[in-house]
Amino acid sequence: MKQRTPSLHRRLLPVVGLLALSAITASAKPPTSEVNTTGLAVTDDTVTVGQLHSATGTMAISETGSIQAEQLAIDQINAAGGVLGRQIKVIKEDGASDWPTFAEKAKKLLVSDKVGTVFGCWTSASRKAVLPVFEKENGMLYYPTFYEGLEQSKNVIYTGQEATQQIIAGLDWIVKEKKAKTFYLIGSDYIWPRTSAKIARKHIENVIKGTVVGEEYYALGHTQFGSLINKIKLKKPDVIYAIVVGGSNVSFYKQLKAAGITSAKQTLLTISVTEDEVLGIGGENLVGFYSAMKYFQSLDNENNKTFVKAFKDKYGANSVIGDVTQAGYLGPWLWKAAVEKANSFDIDKIAAASPGLELTTAPEGYVKVHPNHHLWSKLRIGQWGTDGQAKVLYESELIEPDPFPKGYQ
Amino acid sequence: MIFFRTLFKTKGEAISFAVFVALIAIILPLALPIFRLNLVGKYLSYGFVAIGLVLLWGRCGILSLGQGVFFGLGGYCMAMFLKLEASDPVSTSIQTTPGIPDFMDWNQITQLPWFWEPFKSFTFASCAVFLLPGLIAFIIGWAMFRRRVGGVYFAIITQAIALILSLGIDGNQGFTGGRNGITDLKTLLGWDIRTTGAQYTLYFLCVFLLLASALLAKYIINTRFGRVLMAMRDREDRVRFSGYDVAMCRTFVFALAAMLSGLGGALFVLQVGFMSPSLVGIIPSIEMVIFTAVGGRLSVIGAILGCLIVNFGKTAFSEAYPDAWLYLMGGTFIAVVMFFPDGLAGIIEKSGTIKTKLVTLGAGLMKKLKPAESAEKASAAVAEIPKTAEP
Repeated sequence: MKQRTPSLHRRLLPVVGLLALSAITASAKPPTSEVNTTGLAVTDDTVTVGQLHSATGTMAISETGSIQAEQLAIDQINAAGGVLGRQIKVIKEDGASDWPTFAEKAKKLLVSDKVGTVFGCWTSASRKAVLPVFEKENGMLYYPTFYEGLEQSKNVIYTGQEATQQIIAGLDWIVKEKKAKTFYLIGSDYIWPRTSAKIARKHIENVIKGTVVGEEYYALGHTQFGSLINKIKLKKPDVIYAIVVGGSNVSFYKQLKAAGITSAKQTLLTISVTEDEVLGIGGENLVGFYSAMKYFQSLDNENNKTFVKAFKDKYGANSVIGDVTQAGYLGPWLWKAAVEKANSFDIDKIAAASPGLELTTAPEGYVKVHPNHHLWSKLRIGQWGTDGQAKVLYESELIEPDPFPKGYQ
Repeated sequence: MIFFRTLFKTKGEAISFAVFVALIAIILPLALPIFRLNLVGKYLSYGFVAIGLVLLWGRCGILSLGQGVFFGLGGYCMAMFLKLEASDPVSTSIQTTPGIPDFMDWNQITQLPWFWEPFKSFTFASCAVFLLPGLIAFIIGWAMFRRRVGGVYFAIITQAIALILSLGIDGNQGFTGGRNGITDLKTLLGWDIRTTGAQYTLYFLCVFLLLASALLAKYIINTRFGRVLMAMRDREDRVRFSGYDVAMCRTFVFALAAMLSGLGGALFVLQVGFMSPSLVGIIPSIEMVIFTAVGGRLSVIGAILGCLIVNFGKTAFSEAYPDAWLYLMGGTFIAVVMFFPDGLAGIIEKSGTIKTKLVTLGAGLMKKLKPAESAEKASAAVAEIPKTAEP
C-alpha cells in the first residue's frame, strides 16, 4: 500500500491542477451566490434582463429605435464577454402603447421573470404607469427619453435629458445668435410640452427679458395648423419655439412651408424633432430650422463613428439614429458599469454604485451619472439639411441635471 | 324556490353558473400565483361592463360604443379619492403647494379645485362610483330614447361622448392628470392596497360583486320586465302600442349598465393602482364590446368568460409573440364573429341543437331505410329541423 500512495499522488496531480485552474477562472467570475443575494434571474452563465417598449400601437414608430439600440448594446456586451462573466439574455415585452399594459408587463418582468434590470418606456405616461411597480417590487429601469423632469427615483436611471438641460442653453444660444426678443410657444397637449413651455417661458421672461407673444397647445395627432399659422403671421415672433410631438409634426412643418414660413424668413427652434421625426417630415420641409438635442447622428467623434457604423451594419444603411436611440444605447452600458462597480446584480447595490459612473465610450462623447440618477450631458444645436441630417452649430459645456429646478416651477 | 327558478330557467343553467363560480372563486385563486390572480381580477373588472352590455345590447338590442365612459367615470371617482389620500401634506412636502396631488402642482395649481373637495370623503366617492355614471347615462338615455334615437345613431353618439370625455380629460391635465392619468395610488383608508394580502382581498371583493351583479342581470332577464325588453328589441312598435313606456325602460337599462360599468372601473383602479384616459376613449369602449361579442352577448356568464378569454389571450399571445400578437388577436376575433355569431356561449348552446339535429336526422334516415310508408314522416322530421334550430 505504501508504494502505491505516491503513484496515486501523481495520478491525482493533473486533477488538482485542473481544480486550481477552475478556481482561478471562478475568481474572475464571482459565484452567483455572492453577486445575486435577492433572487434575481442570474445563473452561473447568464443574467436575464427585460426590455419593455411599444412594439405595436401608435408609439411603435418612435420606440423602435430604442429597442434596436438597446439590443445592439446588449449584443456588443455579450460579444465582449458579458457582465461579470455572464451572457445577457433578453425577455422582450410589448407595452402596446397602452399604459395599463405597461404596468402589467413591468410587474410580470419583475415578479415572474425576476429580471436583473429593465430597459424601457418612452412616453412620460408609460413611465408614470410603471414607476410605482418598480418602486414597490424594487426593480431598476433605464429610461431613454428626454422628458419633463419633476421626478427622481432610486429605481430609475434617466439616460435622456431632463427639461432644463435641453431648454435653457438652447434659448441662450438663439438669443445670442439671432438677437431674439419675441417667442411663440407651440406644443402638443400633455405634460412634457407643457412643462417644457413653462420652463422656457420663465427663462424668456425672467432671464432673457424677452416676451412670449403666444402659447398654444394642440391634441396629440392634431393635423390642422391653419389658424395657428395665421396667428404667427400676425404676431411675427422672432422665434417659433416648437414642442410638437409625433405625427402632428408632419402636418405642422408641411403647412408652415406651404404658408411661406421657411427658414429664409423665420427662425424656428424645436426640442421635439430628431432624425427619426425628420424621416417622416422630410428634410426639405424643415431645411434651415434648428433642433436642440444632446445628440445628432452627424456628431463628429470617434465613438459616434463606431456606433453609427455598427448600427447601420445591423439595421441597414438607411436606418437613422436620433437622440433617444442614442440614449437607449447608453442604458445597457451604464447598467454593465454599475454592476461591475458594485460587483453585484442586487438592485440596491447598483442604485448605490451608479452615481459618479462615467462612460467615455458614449456616442455623445462623455456622460456621468449624477447622484439624482440623471446624466450630466452637453446640449447641441443642429441645423437641418435636405438630406435629413443636422449640421451641429453649437455645443455647450457639460450641463448638470436638475429635475426640480428652482425658479422655474 | 320561485326565486331560484327566476334566476335559472333550466338545470343546465344552474350547473354552468355553479361551475363558473367554482372556477373564479376557488380554482383560479388556488392555481395561480398572486401576480396572475391580480391580472384575472383586472379582467373581471371588465366583466361588469360586459354584464351591462348583455342587458343593453343582447337583451335590448341597443349597441353602446361608449361604455368606457362609465367605466372611466367610476374609475376616476375612486382614483380621485385614493389620490387625495396619497397626497397628504407630509408625503408631498417637496411640492410648491404641499397637500394637493402632484400633477396639479406641476401645472401651477395652488388650490384644490372645488369639484375635487367632496372626494375627500370615502362615502361620497364610493357612492359617486356608480351614482355619477348612472345619472349621466340617465340624462343621455332619456334625451335620446325620448326622441327615438336608436341603432347606428345611438352607437355613433355614444362613441362621440367617449371621444369628448377622453379629450376633455387629456386637455385639462391640471385637474385630471391629463394623458398620464392619476397614478401612484397607495392606500385606501390607511390600508395599503399594494400588498399581497390586500390583492387577495380585493380579488375576492371583485368576484363577490361580480357574481352579485351577474345574478341581478339574470334575474332581470328572466322576469316579465326582461321579456318586455326582448319584445322591444324585436318589435318595438307593438310594445309601444301595447302601452309600455319604451323610452323609460331603455333609459333604465342604459343607466343600470352604466352603474355596473362604474363599479367595474372602481374595482379596476383598486386592483391596478392607477387610472388613465386610455381606459375611457373609443378603443377601450369598442374592446369591451368585442369581449362581449366573443363571449356571447346573450349570455351573462358567456360575456364574463369572454372578458377572461380575450384578455388571457392578449396576455399569453403578447408574452409569447411580442411582434405578431395583434394579428393573432385580430384573426381570432374575425374567426369568432364569422363562424359563431352568438359568441362562445353560442357554441355551447348550439351544440345542444346540433345534437337534436343529428338525432332527428338519424331517426329520419332510419325510417327511410324502412319501407316507404314511413317516408312522409321522415321528411316531416327533417323539415322540422330548422324549427328546432330557432332559439
